[in-house]
Amino acid sequence: MKTDINNVTNLEKIANDLRIDVIKMITLAGSGHPGGSLSAADIVATLYFHCMNVDPANPNWPDRDRFIMSKGHACPVWYAALAKKGYFDRNRLDTLRKINSILQGHPDMLKTPGVDMTTGSLGNGLGAGVGMALSGKLRKKKYITYVLIGCSEHDEGVLWESAMSAVKFQSDNLIGIIDYNKLQIDGFNSQVMPIEPIMDKWTSFGWHVQRINGHDILQIIEAIDAAKAKKGLPSVIIADTIKGKGVSFMENKYNWHGRAPTKQECDLAIKELAA
Amino acid sequence: MQKGFTREAYGEELVELGKQNSNIVVIEADISSSTKTCYFAKAFPDRFFNVGVAEQNEVMIAAGIATTGLIPFVSTYAVFASMRACEQVRTFVCYPRLNVKIAVAHGGITPCTDGVTHQATEDLSIMRTIPNMTVIVPTDYVMTKAAVRAAAEHIGPVYLRFTRDEIPIIYDKNMDFKIGRSFKLADGPDVTLISIGDMTYITLEALDLLKKMGVSATLIDMPTLKPLDKAAIIKAARETGAIVTVEDHQINGGLGSAVAEVLAENCPVPQQRIGLRDTFAESGDFNLLLEKYSMSPEHIANAAMRVIKRKA
Repeated sequence: MKTDINNVTNLEKIANDLRIDVIKMITLAGSGHPGGSLSAADIVATLYFHCMNVDPANPNWPDRDRFIMSKGHACPVWYAALAKKGYFDRNRLDTLRKINSILQGHPDMLKTPGVDMTTGSLGNGLGAGVGMALSGKLRKKKYITYVLIGCSEHDEGVLWESAMSAVKFQSDNLIGIIDYNKLQIDGFNSQVMPIEPIMDKWTSFGWHVQRINGHDILQIIEAIDAAKAKKGLPSVIIADTIKGKGVSFMENKYNWHGRAPTKQECDLAIKELAA
Repeated sequence: MQKGFTREAYGEELVELGKQNSNIVVIEADISSSTKTCYFAKAFPDRFFNVGVAEQNEVMIAAGIATTGLIPFVSTYAVFASMRACEQVRTFVCYPRLNVKIAVAHGGITPCTDGVTHQATEDLSIMRTIPNMTVIVPTDYVMTKAAVRAAAEHIGPVYLRFTRDEIPIIYDKNMDFKIGRSFKLADGPDVTLISIGDMTYITLEALDLLKKMGVSATLIDMPTLKPLDKAAIIKAARETGAIVTVEDHQINGGLGSAVAEVLAENCPVPQQRIGLRDTFAESGDFNLLLEKYSMSPEHIANAAMRVIKRKA
């Protein structure tokens, strides 16, 4: 599928809108995870506004493509995308993390329309994705299951259990995307727990591996097309990203993993993003 | 008395369910010949997924499958499902209230000779505490079939615990199993024995010993630990004024605790608990373990005598 330049520009604009929503939501909530939400914005925008076959009016449509945010703490960017897509009213974004909200601190599939799987405890999303993929094959459905995985999730043993099983089950209807921003709560992956050589690891587990710039919309689209075309084995796209991408004072700063901006920082961030 | 394996009943009933409902799938962690999901694997190979020795992933795959409307039965040993995969059961099955059945073999100290690593003596306590979870420990081969069927029909997470060895068959084929309902196996005014799972046949032996001592006891078989049949407990407490709970589990957190909670809030009467007394067991013959860890019919009868003396 050829992607024209207008579409890419439009997706870039959507990603930027999602980033602005993320900053506003987390500032209003007074807590949350801006860094990993901003790094994933281009991937989430491309999936929801280009790649995925979904129907916001019918969130439980059995044939829909699935999305699992295994790095559940980055849910503000997901919620922003779901609202923009029309799953629920935009005003709900202001209720993030507040009592009685449909938008929990980490994704809750029973509360939020469009959330296909509850997540938040790291390392677990891929296994749920394998399950959805198995069911799709069993019932001869065409849907694709996308799982967005954070780099620090590679520290969790269960991720590798799931990685092994997807190959056994030849889950070519499963696409993992690594938001490889190289930072975790206590610092750089390379210091806290090195995960390199990450490509070799996935390759040795038997996955079809691609590596892209996770902020280049065209590369994201092309990698997903290639992943869909690959038959007989699951695909993983290792997307190099920048934590805090789009806000200069948050970029590559591990201390922006899990803290809310002040009102002043929020204004500054939005000014940059809106420029 | 005729005997049967509860895990065998599970394996057989799964095949029957599989014939009737194409939504039933099984996830196994490398012990299908022991959990008896091997029968289902043979009958429905396309609906059987063996994930190897990886219980956390096993539960996650089941959770993902359940989101699509299929009904996964997760099979492994009780100790691994309840602890190795505890968080996956809690956060990804029970929290989203997914229709996953955790059906596990080798409950309690029934994997006796294997030793503590394979004995599940905290699982009921753990599972009972998790919101949205239903906890069932069938009493015998016959009840297991009915309980597996009831679990499949129930919408939501269920923990079903089976045993390793053959145990006596107590119920007849027409028994009417309902989740949350207890069964009165004996009626007597002096004391009430409340037992769960494989300890019910042991408690029946205690009942005979008590009879010889001139004590007439009520026996309530309590296969559903959650939701608990509170009405039956309160009624028995009022009628007999003394309770003994009997379980193949730690005395903390399981049936004994659950019954004590009901009594304390509704009808406080003296209670004695039979089970492991905050200790690990060890390898050995099952009956010798019951003897050593104060869970034999004699111990149950003695507990009944003690609790009768404590009546006001």
